[in-house]
Parts: sequence; C-alpha cells; structure tokens
Amino acid sequence: MKVTITVNGTPYTRDVEPRTLLAYFLREHCGLTGTHVGCDTSSCGCCVAVLDGQTAVKTCTMFAVQADGHEILTVEGLAAGGALHPIQQAFSDQHGLHCGYCTPGMMLTTVALLKHTPAPTEAQIREGLAGNLCRCTGYNNIVKAVQQAADVLRQPAAATK
Amino acid sequence: MSADVKAGHAIGVAMKRKEDPRFVQGKGHYVDDFSFPGMLFMALVRSPYPHATIKSIDISAAMKVPGVKAVITGKDLEAAGLGWLPTFHGLDKQMVLAIGKVLFQYQEVAAVFAESREAAADGAEQVQVDYDPLPVVADPFASKTDTVLLRPDREQKTNHIYHWEVGDRDRTDQTLAKSAKRVKQRIWFQRCHPAPLEPCGCVAFFDTMGRLQFYVTSQAPHVYRTALSLVTGIPEDRIHVISPDIGGGFGNKVPVYPGYVCAVVGALKLGHPVKWIETRTENLTSTGFARDYHMDVELGATADGKLTAVKVATTADHGAFDCAADPTKYPAGMFGICTGSYDVPVAHAEVDAYFTNKAPGGIAYRCSFRVTEASYAIERTMDVLADELGIDAVELRRKNFVKKEQFPYASALGFTYDSGDYEKTLQKALDTIGYQALLKEQQEKRARGELMGIGFSTFTEVVGAGPSKHFDILGIKMFDSAEIRIHPTGAGIVRAGTKSQGQGHETTWAQIVAEELGLDPQQIMVEEGDTDTAPYGLGTYASRSTPVAGAAIAMAARRIREKARKIAAHLLEVGEADVEWVDYRFQVKGVPAKTVTMKEVAFAAYTNMAQNEPGLEATFYYDPPNMTFPNGTYVAVVDVDRETGEVKVRRFLAVDDCGTIINPMIVEGQVHGGLTEGFAIAFMQEIQYDADGNNLNTNFTDYLVPTAQEAPHWETAQTVTPSPHHPIGAKGVGESPNVGSPAAFVNAVVDALSPLGVRHLEMPVTREKVWRAIREAEAGKGKAART
Ligand code: FES
Ligand code: FES
Repeated sequence: MKVTITVNGTPYTRDVEPRTLLAYFLREHCGLTGTHVGCDTSSCGCCVAVLDGQTAVKTCTMFAVQADGHEILTVEGLAAGGALHPIQQAFSDQHGLHCGYCTPGMMLTTVALLKHTPAPTEAQIREGLAGNLCRCTGYNNIVKAVQQAADVLRQPAAATK
Repeated sequence: MSADVKAGHAIGVAMKRKEDPRFVQGKGHYVDDFSFPGMLFMALVRSPYPHATIKSIDISAAMKVPGVKAVITGKDLEAAGLGWLPTFHGLDKQMVLAIGKVLFQYQEVAAVFAESREAAADGAEQVQVDYDPLPVVADPFASKTDTVLLRPDREQKTNHIYHWEVGDRDRTDQTLAKSAKRVKQRIWFQRCHPAPLEPCGCVAFFDTMGRLQFYVTSQAPHVYRTALSLVTGIPEDRIHVISPDIGGGFGNKVPVYPGYVCAVVGALKLGHPVKWIETRTENLTSTGFARDYHMDVELGATADGKLTAVKVATTADHGAFDCAADPTKYPAGMFGICTGSYDVPVAHAEVDAYFTNKAPGGIAYRCSFRVTEASYAIERTMDVLADELGIDAVELRRKNFVKKEQFPYASALGFTYDSGDYEKTLQKALDTIGYQALLKEQQEKRARGELMGIGFSTFTEVVGAGPSKHFDILGIKMFDSAEIRIHPTGAGIVRAGTKSQGQGHETTWAQIVAEELGLDPQQIMVEEGDTDTAPYGLGTYASRSTPVAGAAIAMAARRIREKARKIAAHLLEVGEADVEWVDYRFQVKGVPAKTVTMKEVAFAAYTNMAQNEPGLEATFYYDPPNMTFPNGTYVAVVDVDRETGEVKVRRFLAVDDCGTIINPMIVEGQVHGGLTEGFAIAFMQEIQYDADGNNLNTNFTDYLVPTAQEAPHWETAQTVTPSPHHPIGAKGVGESPNVGSPAAFVNAVVDALSPLGVRHLEMPVTREKVWRAIREAEAGKGKAART
C-alpha cells in the first residue's frame, strides 16, 4: 500500500505492507533510526514520536497506513538551525540520559507534555512520563531536565520553538 | 597559551558528557541501526515445553513461506560440530539449538532465515516440532533428589552442578554452638532479569575477504572474539567484533547467546549478512537471568551484640545450563563478601548449585558476581539479629564495623579489604537524614498504630576483578588495557578494552587522561568496542571498568608523561633530572618561570624531538594488585498503609564511598540508576515459574520495572576514602546502589511491621505480601505483638 507521511517536515511516500508498524516505517523505510524499539507490548515508550504536533504516540502501536497523510515529529527533527532544542539541551545539562536508548522517546513525550502542561509540577512530570521506561537514570535527572526545559520554553524568546 | 589554562584539573569535575550530543539527536548507533545490502533476518523457533523429547522437526512448511531462505536445527549444527557452546564460566556448556530434547520453556529449537523480519517470524511459526513432554523439575530442592536426571549429556549423572565453599566450617559451627545469641534466617533472593531497554542482538556477515564482521551488543567484545573463534574454528584474526552503542547492559550482555552462533552460521551458509534482534519476550525468557539463591544465614553473637560467627549455606538454581559468567575459580562469584562490613572472627559460606527446567544463567546483574546476594544476606540478617537482641539496628552495625585503623583488613573469608571509614559514612547518613527526628516521629506514629519504618544497609562490596593470580574467564586473565596516542596539536585518542553501556566512558576516560597529562578533555577522543583497534580487554561488567581499565588509562598516561619529560628536558635545555611535573606542566626544578606545556611537548614529539623516538603514545595492560571495596550507608524511610499494604518510600538517602570521584555528575547518575534497580528488585521485579515450569513474566506487562511514578526521589551524599592501591584512588560505583539498596528497602518495611511481630518478608515485597503479613499478624497467626 502506498502511504505519504510527513516526517520532520519532509514527505516520505513509500510502499508498505499493511502490517508495517509506524516504528519500522520510520526506522527502515525512512532510515530514521533515532526512534527505538524496546518491547513487544507497547510498554516501554522508546518508540514515541509526536503526531500532528500535538500527541505523543507509541509508534509501535500504530500501523504506517494509519499515519498516512499525517505529520510526525521524531528526534531527528528536534534540533533546528544547528542548535539543540531546549529539551535536548536540558537532558544533556541535567544528565538525564545514560545509554540514550530511552532518550528520544522521553524527549518526544516531553514535547507533548509541555505543549499541554507548560508549567508542570514534579508529580505531573512523573505522571506524564509514566509511559516511558528508563532502566539507567532512575528518573531523578529526567524530572530535572523536564523542569529546565519547561522553564526555558516558557520564556518569551523561546515561544516560537 | 589560553587553551591550556583549562587543561588539567579534570578529575572531580562534573564535566558534561561528550556522548550526549550524539544521543540527544538520535545519532547513536545501536546494533539494530546497522543494515547491509542483501541482509537477511533471523527468527528463532522456541520450545513451548519446559522439558520434552523432540520426536521430529518438519521444516517443509516453513521453507514454503515466501521470503524464507533456510532453516537450521540442532542436528544440522551438531553435524557441523557446532552443537554446543562453552559457557564463560567454563564449568558447563549450552546447546546452541536443542539436540534431542528441550530443557526449558522458550529454549532455542530452530533458526529461520528470511528476507524480512516479518517473513522470518512467519517462517518460524511454520516449523512443526513434535514434542513428547517429560517430567518437569521446577525447583532446585526437587532437583537435589536426582529423581529426574536433567542433563544425561554430562559425565556426572546428577543434577548437582558444583559445590563451592570458603572459610572454616568446624570452627564456625563450634563458635555458633557456644554463642550466647544465635539467629537463623532462610532468605530467597528471587530470580530476576536485568532487562536493559535495548534487547540483545547482532548482525553477522563475511566481507569480501571472507572475514567475519560481527556487530553485537557485547559488554566484552574481545572475549566474544576469542569465544567465537574457539566455538567456530574461525581463526581469531579473521574475526572483527564491533560493539556499537549499547542501550544498557547490566550484565545481560556479557554471555555469548545461541542466537549469535546461529546468525554466524546463517551468514556463512547463505553468504548474506544476517541480523538477529531478540524480542522483549525472548530477552526475558532466555537470556541471562540473575540471582535465584536460597540462602540459610546464621549469625552468632555475644549477649551484647558482638558478632562471633557468620555461616551461609546456599542452594542455587542455575536453570538448564550453568551460564554464569563468573571467573573460573569462583563458581559462586564473590559470595565470600557475605561477612559484609563487619569484623567477624570466623565464618563459613557454601553454595551448591543445581540444574532445573528454567532458563539458563546466573549472570551478574549490576553486580560483581553474587555480591548482591551476599550483601543482602548479611544486611537483612543483621536486622533479624538486632530484633532478637532487642537493640537498635544502627547500634548493632556500629558495634561490629571493621574499624578505620584495621585496614587493610583480612576478612574471615579471604578478602583483603583495601580501605574504608564505615563509621564516618554511617554518621554522615544519620546526620543528613536526621535520624533522631525520624525515630521520634516513628515513636509517635507507633503510638497511634501507624506503620512507619526506617531501614539501613551498611554494605561493603568487592569489585574490580581482578588480580591475575586469582581471576580469569575461559583462562584469560582479568586484566584490562588502554592505548593512548597524543597527536601533534595536543589532542588525542584513548582506546580501551572496556565497553560503555551508558556509564559515560567517553567522558570519564578523557578526564583521566586530561588530569594525568594536563590536556583538554574535550580534545581527547575515546574509542571502545572495536576489537581491531582497541587493545585486548575483558570488558565492562562487575564495576571493573574504573578499577581496572581506569587504572590502565592512568598508567598509560604516566608512561606518556615519562617520554614527554625527555622531550621537555630538550625543550627546556636542561637534563631530564632537572625537570619536574608541577601544576599540569613541566618545569625546571626550582624555576617556576621556566615551563613547557604538554601541548608544546606533543608538538615537539613530532617536529623537534632531538634524539628521542618520535611520537607520543603508550599502551598499558593493568593487572590489579587487589580488588577494590566500595561501601556505603543507605537509609530508607517508608510508610505502610495498614489497610491496603501499600508501601510508600518517603525518603531514601545513599551515602557512598567509592574512593576518588572522577566525575561527580556521572557518579550521582550511576547511584540514581542503581537505586532504582534496587528498588525494582525489592518491590517489583521477579521472573516466576509455575510448578509446571511455565515462565510467568515474559514481557513488560508482567515483569514490572519502575516508571517515573513508582521510582522514589533519591538523595545522595559521599565520603571519599581512596583506594590505596589504585593509581588514582578510584573504587568503582556502578553497582554499589544496586548491591546495597535492596536490604535497606526490605529492612524498612520489616521495621514498619515489626510492632506486629513480622521479622522477615521475601522480595519482591509486593503490596499483597505486605497485606497478608499484616492480616496474619492481626489474626494472631504471627508472633505475638510486642510492645
Ligand atoms: S517499542 Fe516499547 S512501547 Fe513501542
Ligand atoms: S538512559 Fe538508558 S534506558 Fe534511559
């Protein structure tokens, strides 16, 4: 089946099997390997991307054909103009990653979380990230990274991000 | 020279990680990110039965699935002499694909190679295997009876794998018999799984020169190269192992798994690259589980609480094959650390291991070979003893600590503890957490019938395997290595035999070099995981990277400094004896104005070296003189809901002493991560089997790992007692929090329930277990409540 999915602003038209998952569409059909796969039960959140600028979706729970005509933001689309996105910067500043395997999914969940909750409390952050597992960091520093990113993104200069 | 102003002074700096820009932009390269033209995918057919004879395997339907290229079975491999794989520990071997029978549920039975991931999975479903079920042995105590012989392939016709012991049994028994107080506790450290977020996998192909290129999630790439050569007969120079970015390891990625051998065989047979990436279910059901130790712990003490003897007898469940990656002489790893932080006059520890119809393993899950089990045994039982004696658990610990002035301390079970100041670390923890105030609060709550607990763990672990006279894996001594090259501009590259899986080696190794040589850490590149370029090393596990490879790096850098001194003498126009290394640069003795930087020397090494050999590089293989002994005091504060059994970890403080700290940010991050895994083991993670040998925790919906919502907020602090025998005094930290914390959590919950007479709970301490313990106690089935 032919689908056209706009990923990070670039339309990708590809022939896919109906059972092709969006995660594998991104990884294997678009060559965007920053979206990771860590489970078979939609439990880990390594594969999260943002759909239509609004919603964090687990791309392993969606078929590529379901995303036909939609826009997807992946980790490869976060940095702009040679500068890291404030969320990327915050994860690095706060040591919010070790092995980096969960990191793209964590950051994209954060994009959607901060879109809907620009000034989250620690409890809201922890709840908002509850669909994303991390086996390395113990979450303390991920929480701090999200707080830093929220602070930066709330400043007027960053509002266009 | 302004660039040199910030050079040096690198150890102890919370430098941001050099690997982060790659990872936050999705530019990491994990094994599944590699694709090659013509690549095939492999899927494994796995057994639904825990124990069964294989009557026949029919591959005809699978071969008809579009895209399927080949199917191989155990018989094919056996015919090629590849039926069995030696395990790292050298005591056992493992079937690559089942031969004649299966021994655990999800065992590898056949490998299917196909043009796509999906076709391989479809093909695997079509392989018809006719099984004849056999009686199942799902418990090591049943295994002991040898009623069902599980491994007729072995010479020894018994399910007993090994007996290991250390210490003085007779003296321990005699001392226990005459001790004023004696407590005995059966403790089960449950089977669990490291479950890194990236599963295991590989891509194998033979390049145009017929050389095996093997991309794999390996914590020990060089050992893989040697093991692959030994198993397949491919000469070692014809094998190139590349361990790319790894999405967490925690011990799971130390052993060589059957899937790897199958992928290599498939690549050879079919002439195409073969990729195999296990699913989460395959990861949890067939690769390296950890723990599963049933421990009988006995402590003897005087009436006022001075320990007289420690005795631990363990029954270990290794599953179908003994796939522990332990050093050869240590089938039970470093279990002898079970006397902990205490000055114990006499002790004895023994482990008897058995086969069962469960997944094979016994790997070191964020642990230096069975140290976690040992630490839990002593720290949990110290609380049982405190309860028996009616004294405060902190006082009991303090009374028995190895004192600062006793180091180096020879333990009753044969270790020489390098250094420590346990009293200071404990005191720091008590002050930081406000112990007196917590005790007061607890008293008030107890008066109101509320359940609040404070749990301690004052552990000592042993890491950094290890000295060549004692430690080897498959005969290879457990040294580690580093090669450093400094380029003409003062930038450089370090290559090491270790392999980071998130520990931040690209940053910390650069910091060590920068400190030793007075260079800019930003311009020191670190490369690991490539067996063609890195010197031979034993890899990253068991908290050995900083103690062993970190030392190798410091020593290689010092070799460079010695060479550089000669060039500096030439540049400074003095004799070598008149040059000293002061404040990260060379200086003419007593003349602070006459200096030359390492950067200048580096340039001269290629442009103006006088009679010295050109170039500035060195290699060092470091054979550690002793293990290192990180330690700490951990405190957990919990509230238990009497009605629901829910446990809330209200506070958790970790005070670690890991010796010299290279990067405090990374050390703190490692502690957070390890505490979360300790929390997970204490409260959530368990691989359970039912009595019929069925695995009940086959994915993340059943094998529960903590999310940000469950994980507590962590508080950390440090004391620093450098290791006297390590070149920079570092001890290693990655595992301490996972080793030390389970006891603190469980001790806190038991402390909360102690007014009801509860003395022990088995992990994972689930809400149901707590609820039942409370109900039983209230129904008077437990011990009578004390006041
Ligand atoms: S891969 Fe685990 S949730 Fe998508
Ligand atoms: S950083 Fe490794 S899983 Fe999160």
